[in-house]
Amino acid sequence: MLHIKCPHCGMRSQNEFSYGGDASVKRPELGKEISDQDWDNFVYNRKSLRGKHWELWQHLSGCRQWIKVERDTSTHEIFNTLKATEEIS
Amino acid sequence: MTQSFRLENTGLINRSKKLSFKFNGKNYYGYEGDTLASALIANGVHLIGRSFKYHRPRGFFGAGVDEPYAIVQLYRNDETEPNVKATEQELFDGLEATSVNCWPSVNFDVGAINNFLKIFLPAGFYYKTFMWPKSFWYKIYEPFIRKAAGLGVASTKHDKERYEHKYEYCDLLIAGSGPSGLASAYAAAKNGARVILAEDKARFGGTLLTDEVNIGNKSGKEWADGIIAELKEMPNVTVKNRSQVFGYYDHNMLVMSERISDHLPETKKFHPKQRLWYIRAKEVLISSGSIERPIVFGNNDTPGVMLSSAAKEYLKVYGVLVGKNPLIFTNNDSGYETAIEFKKNGIDALILDTRKDPQSEIVEEAKNLGINIKFSYVVVAAQGYKKVKSADIAKISEDKEVLGEVENIKCDCICVSGFWTPTIHLASQSGNKTKFNESIDAFVPGKSKQNEKTLGAANGTFTLEETLKSSFETGYELSKKITNTDNKTSFPNVVEKKSTVHDKFWCVPLPKGKNYKRFLDFQNDVAVSDIEIALKEGYRSIEHVKRYTTLGMATDQGKTSNLNGLQLVSKIENKVVPNVGHTTFRPPYTPVSIGAIVGREVGKHSKPTRKSPMHYWHEKNNAVFVDAGVWLRPRYYKQGNENLFEASKREAKNVRSNVGVCDVTTLGKIDIKGPDAAELLNRVYTNAWLKLPVGKARYGVMLREDGIVMDDGTTTRISENHYHMTTTTAQAANVLSHLEYYLQLVWPELNVNVVSTTEQWAGAAIAGPKSRDLLQKLFPNNDVSNEGLPFMGYMEGDLFGVKARIFRISFSGELAYEVNVESDNGNFMWEKIIEVGQEFKIQPYGTEALSTLRIEMGHVAGSELDGRTIPYDNSLEGLLSKKKDFIGKRSLTRKAFTAEDRQKVVGVVPLDKKTSIPEGSHLVKDSNAPLPNPKLGYISASCWSVEYDNPFSLAILKDGKNMIGEKLFVMSPLKNKVIPVEIVSSHYVDPKGERVRS
Repeated sequence: MLHIKCPHCGMRSQNEFSYGGDASVKRPELGKEISDQDWDNFVYNRKSLRGKHWELWQHLSGCRQWIKVERDTSTHEIFNTLKATEEIS
Repeated sequence: MTQSFRLENTGLINRSKKLSFKFNGKNYYGYEGDTLASALIANGVHLIGRSFKYHRPRGFFGAGVDEPYAIVQLYRNDETEPNVKATEQELFDGLEATSVNCWPSVNFDVGAINNFLKIFLPAGFYYKTFMWPKSFWYKIYEPFIRKAAGLGVASTKHDKERYEHKYEYCDLLIAGSGPSGLASAYAAAKNGARVILAEDKARFGGTLLTDEVNIGNKSGKEWADGIIAELKEMPNVTVKNRSQVFGYYDHNMLVMSERISDHLPETKKFHPKQRLWYIRAKEVLISSGSIERPIVFGNNDTPGVMLSSAAKEYLKVYGVLVGKNPLIFTNNDSGYETAIEFKKNGIDALILDTRKDPQSEIVEEAKNLGINIKFSYVVVAAQGYKKVKSADIAKISEDKEVLGEVENIKCDCICVSGFWTPTIHLASQSGNKTKFNESIDAFVPGKSKQNEKTLGAANGTFTLEETLKSSFETGYELSKKITNTDNKTSFPNVVEKKSTVHDKFWCVPLPKGKNYKRFLDFQNDVAVSDIEIALKEGYRSIEHVKRYTTLGMATDQGKTSNLNGLQLVSKIENKVVPNVGHTTFRPPYTPVSIGAIVGREVGKHSKPTRKSPMHYWHEKNNAVFVDAGVWLRPRYYKQGNENLFEASKREAKNVRSNVGVCDVTTLGKIDIKGPDAAELLNRVYTNAWLKLPVGKARYGVMLREDGIVMDDGTTTRISENHYHMTTTTAQAANVLSHLEYYLQLVWPELNVNVVSTTEQWAGAAIAGPKSRDLLQKLFPNNDVSNEGLPFMGYMEGDLFGVKARIFRISFSGELAYEVNVESDNGNFMWEKIIEVGQEFKIQPYGTEALSTLRIEMGHVAGSELDGRTIPYDNSLEGLLSKKKDFIGKRSLTRKAFTAEDRQKVVGVVPLDKKTSIPEGSHLVKDSNAPLPNPKLGYISASCWSVEYDNPFSLAILKDGKNMIGEKLFVMSPLKNKVIPVEIVSSHYVDPKGERVRS
């Protein structure tokens, strides 16, 4: 079970969180023209990375905030966590 | 029965408490402090089971977790448990156990014929033989193998015992209470660290209980007892015996199973049987010790052949002799210690040492005691079937390849010592890259990945002084790092006997003309010849060899067999052991009961049960409940002998003709506040929301980004910046997370707050032509006329002194209202509605009638909005705004979603107007078409239309738009039904929707 540092609440066990996928995906702006390919990439196409990866988690049974977590998908090492509004550097 | 192998004075058992027990139906006695194994051996019982494949007789091999043989079926307090190790099970009064894997009895086992067929049962036998004919597998091979193999029978009864889970945090978790565990725990605890010390066995101390050592002028055991007593008194220390740390997981979380009641005849009141601890430790010290390695020789699985350390433990801890004429076969000094213990108790052992001329204190002592030692000697084979009767022994050449003349000597047990294997399971599980240590021929922990350190024998350190020194130091250093205090305990002086190097000998060659089975893995009957076959057949990776031969598998996970297996592979392959590598160590280290893993989340407790505030009224009024997500909802209210069909029909009819009331508390409710609330709704829902006036509700559909319908519901504007959203019961949690996702990550600029209020409001739907009359009586001060409260209108009211929200919304398709009050007033509201509604012939209705009403009206719900359909499929395309963008809109332009013959919801009526249509059935054009019959659609929901008194269903049908009036067939192979049907509009009743607006 992972131990995730919620930027709002501190270290918490994984079972308080739910996983939310790739944090680097940006939703296309509303009302903007977008090609089929770009939309397809946004909705469906994800890289299944081995290694360091920014992902979204929601502190579901806690503060209910969505957070960004930098995790190694093969070792589960967590390097950094950010609030939803903080940009990935 | 007398305990003829029990010594008079030695041992740590409590002789004043005699315990009776039964093994295979026979009565025996033992003492408090015995294990089932020690008590059986004391009674001279060595035959305990039959082996897995060849059904060869099995005795005891070890004295603890490493035991591969002595697995029994345990009976305790009217329960039975398989796969119990006799060496771990503590004796209690009235214990009953039986052998496993033998039929009809352990003494005469029919399966033992496999032993004579063993030439036909080589490695991979099952893979090779039972492959064909294919049809034989289920009927013949599989049932036979199941009966023949296996280690006991699981109980089919409900387990009455309670199991608990516990979460704990600590600075230092120390696994194992041998010398290194005690020393590190003591040093760390004295320095203020929060310590958990876990010991798998009942007694603390590990090897200190059996080794002849002296620490600080005390015996090993006295020193251990003193340390434990002191630790137990310290508030920052938790000391747990009978607790196995069995798994090392990510981020320094370890799991430990504590056996609280297994050693008692029955579980004490309010006590759990076992407790599973999830421990998050800052640092972990692994002091799990080492396990003695066997030496491989002919018939080395015969009962009476056992580890020399086990023989010593039975002697010193339990006062039990494993034999009265022991033969000790060793390649190192440990075997001598066992011989010396025998000698002290008046038993003369013969030592066979594979070494030519070892020089050490221990060897010297044995010589001085007059113990008979033969150097450069080996056991070629054990003789005897159900128990060792003699041993074939021979001198061995210096290169260990050539045997001298074989002679037979009498003995009743063979105690084997092939040196020690560090227990590195936890370290390896943590991600530690293990390394091979040439000087001890074994793997030891290498570079740590997590905050873990391995101490003592588990780290390949076999002298007590070194172990204690490094453990005191480590405990102190780690605690200093955590607590920032500097309180160093002094290190006691140690006296131990010096030993000399071991001989790297592990397998006795076969004598000419003999073909003895030489076993590597005792639990799975894997012999040297099996590994040889696997390698001949081309298996190279040790992981493949393991799976093909089953070496190191099953409940003991190769604790005694892995290294010898590696030695053999490396010898045949001409590689060094580290290049062969070891198989992956996976948790659990020892078997853990399913009960402990599940804990208290059993049956009804596997998830919370939510009940509405009106639940007890429903109960009192004969409601039959149904699970709706985590909620319990009334399915129907039973009157007399009614069944589901009759009751739901009556309830639905009453809604259509009079008025009914339904508990809708379970609907998801989300309170939305903020100046940008309308904008959020406008983006989330497919229709327009910016112009919804205060005091009005609107029906909305929300999509996922891929265009699939996520949920539907009504949202009401309570005031300027305040909205009340409802969701379906099932999607309530997901919709909230969905909104939070967009508000926090995608559009943080929107000034909106959302919060779930599902449990804060109790809801009652009042539906039927007389609902307005009833509402007027409930709220005499409100104008609830069609003008005062039009369809989709909202107002607040006073329900006999209770504040209420009144929504004019309808799921049933009738003139209907929903009244919400604060949850605490839910029951009051409900009772008032029932009371006042009597004159209008009100009846409560459950989910079944609710479904009937919505199906015949063609209102889509969960069975149509099933995560596979888009708005068009549900005839909701009218709700798609063309003017604005919303979540998922772009996806709706996808080719498949705009196809001309796209699926659409339709109504289905059987031609005979009688036959009910099973949900999930398929719609086909031709019921006699060859298989696979092309499927045009499926039945999503079925009911008995109370309006027309015939069956009616909704279906999602290909090209549904153009199929109205078509005649098709409904096919349900599961129910063996073929029903000719007509496709009609999904709006079967009141297609223009006049009633809701009346």
